[in-house]
Amino acid sequence: MYSFEPSDEQKMLLDAVSRYATNDLRPAAHDAEEGHEFPLKLINKGWEIGLLQASVPEAYGGFGERSVLTSVLAAEELAFGDLAGALTVLLPGLFVLPILLAGSEEQKQELIPPVIEADWKPYSAALIEPFFDFDPSDLRTTAKADGDNYILSGEKTYVPFANKAEKMLVYAKLDKTTRGFIVPAGTAGLKVADEREKLMGLNALPFYRLTLENVRIPKTALLPGDFGPVLDSSRVTLAAMAVGVAKAALEYSRDYAKDRDVFGVKVAQKQAIAFMLAEMATDIEAIRLLAWEAAWMLDKGHTEASKTAYLAYTGAVDMVMMVTDRAVQILGGHGYIREHPVELWMRNGRGFATFTGLAVV
Amino acid sequence: MIDFEIPEKIAQICTVVESVAVNMMRPVSRYFDEHEHEIPWDYITFMHTATRAMGGSSMVPGTSKSEGPRIGFQRLAFMVEMLSWGDAGMYLCTPGGMLGSAAVSATGTPEQKERFLKRFRGEKPVFDAMCMTEPQCGSDTSAIRASAVLDKKTNEWVLNGEKIFVTAGQKALVDSNGFIVVWATIDPKAGRAGMRPFVVEAGAPGCSVVKMEHKLGIRASDTVSIVLQDCRIPFDNILGSPEVITDKATTGFKGAMATFDATRPIVAAQAIGLARATLELVKEMLAEQGVTIRYGLPRQKMTLIEREIVDMEIMLRSAWLVTIKAVWMADNGKPNSLEASMSKVRSGDVVTKITQKAVELMGPVGYSREHLLEKWFRDAKISDIYEGTGQINRLIVARQILGYRSSELR
Repeated sequence: MYSFEPSDEQKMLLDAVSRYATNDLRPAAHDAEEGHEFPLKLINKGWEIGLLQASVPEAYGGFGERSVLTSVLAAEELAFGDLAGALTVLLPGLFVLPILLAGSEEQKQELIPPVIEADWKPYSAALIEPFFDFDPSDLRTTAKADGDNYILSGEKTYVPFANKAEKMLVYAKLDKTTRGFIVPAGTAGLKVADEREKLMGLNALPFYRLTLENVRIPKTALLPGDFGPVLDSSRVTLAAMAVGVAKAALEYSRDYAKDRDVFGVKVAQKQAIAFMLAEMATDIEAIRLLAWEAAWMLDKGHTEASKTAYLAYTGAVDMVMMVTDRAVQILGGHGYIREHPVELWMRNGRGFATFTGLAVV
Repeated sequence: MIDFEIPEKIAQICTVVESVAVNMMRPVSRYFDEHEHEIPWDYITFMHTATRAMGGSSMVPGTSKSEGPRIGFQRLAFMVEMLSWGDAGMYLCTPGGMLGSAAVSATGTPEQKERFLKRFRGEKPVFDAMCMTEPQCGSDTSAIRASAVLDKKTNEWVLNGEKIFVTAGQKALVDSNGFIVVWATIDPKAGRAGMRPFVVEAGAPGCSVVKMEHKLGIRASDTVSIVLQDCRIPFDNILGSPEVITDKATTGFKGAMATFDATRPIVAAQAIGLARATLELVKEMLAEQGVTIRYGLPRQKMTLIEREIVDMEIMLRSAWLVTIKAVWMADNGKPNSLEASMSKVRSGDVVTKITQKAVELMGPVGYSREHLLEKWFRDAKISDIYEGTGQINRLIVARQILGYRSSELR
């Protein structure tokens, strides 16, 4: 039976997330981007809402059960506040959730509770590689079995907090498929770049390059499960975050257009602008529903879940680019000035085509 | 609780409707495209018999409060999607209450609903139609000139005017004992406040079909011009109040808009059905040539055809979800003007893009009349025009999100 109404429980959670996104993340976003850092206190406040904790069962230190749909609703709200902030708050999930989804019982028992039960701390994951045709299902980083060990070799990029994370997951190709490996900081051969990466957006979040030169790890470091569910989750999360960023851009440009005078009327009273806004709103709604359906399918284990998550993500990449570009256009010259947030949303919007694996719920 | 499960009852009906589409529509699709104005009676008779056997009178959901959750508009959307997947033109020939009945349902009294709608339960198939557009005005429905004057001696309305682009008008007035709903003004000075819908039944004196159009597509469906010349109808055939309310309330116009809120997602569903048919056929044709779509690849590694197909799937699925949400809202009594127009905007765009792209991608095969792709391309375009063009619906969406009245955003 169709329904498009979140449950009361979901509404309560979304309320808390929305308050945090609007009152904490959004006001801090500009300075964080320009100053290249979020205050830890602010991030920890978001962490304490307990989104990740609610996705982890009690047996591993959490207090809930993972629902992709609920998490996706929350992800949209967070990203509505600020994308870099949203990714930072959810960062420990990059480490915990793949273990929950693909880890052995021992790995879950050992690795999840210390993350979940503590304050926010940087953990990380290395998936993206520095090549134009990077494909999460066909990695160039390799894992080779050698006695009781695996040996990892390759290059990674966009690895968040790689300098501070005490443990991370590294994805590599093993027997033609993508697999996750637990790699503690300081493992021999694991080289974190000295300098932060310089990107077009997401400057509030420190990213590093990583070189793996014959990194030797024990066989127990391999997550026994498939990478597929992690990728599906990442795609649907990014789709929802793109919706959040797009919604922010729509609302900001709408309010601006209602306020600004032109030729004796408000900008928004011109069809050229009003139609742009109508199309932005329609596209946002369409992709939001596709992301919801994909999330719902993932929760149900639906046979079309993986494909739908892929479609939602791919659609979201185009939608958020179109919407954020138009938001800048509606503000005209003012949209190009960094005092207004729309240019940041446009930079972030373009990044969704690249951000695979930077969020998992 | 957000849920995307198709209700069991709807899934069952869809299976039945699919077999109608496959067996009764597709085999004669091309014939009725090439024999414009011939009527697909086999399909019509079958649908009428089947609807009666199920105890219904039309596909349009009733207003009576039934037990359990209401899914009437959702069911209608799914059925229309499937019938249009079969053939968009023939779907428009489906007997029973359609747009005219939707207007009666939205604005009529219980007595009127019974009087006008019972004919659909009879032995013979019956049609209705909606008459809004006039030669001098289309989207600007407030400029309607057709007039209705009350003759107090006989207590009859006297209608004068010309209506064009009336879908199924011939079938409603000539080929069956149906009715048309005519939008006319009872006070030309009152603008929108003076607009009212009137039911004109087949055989009413002074009402005649004067022209049948030859169209780009949906040729199985008749589109006619109707002239009303001192056409007399009973006083009780007015839907809504016979008084012009002086405080500028625009109840008459709002009645029209309420009808559109209900019917726009259904037109969206029609567009979606056609778009789905197109995409499925393109994928089948590609598969026959050994081309499969590798879902999950980054864009940089896809072929052009894969990119196009994936984009088409995104457009199709997301437009359908917007439509389902709009009808779900209608079923649950939530005001859905915004969502109804969004569904129409999105699906009108999607069906034109998908059918255009399909003909392009399939090259000489797509352009050939040996296959249905070129027909579907022609059939599709109407979805972005009738029941409010894509532009009118953009205006409605824009007014809603900006909080503007029509006077503030023209």
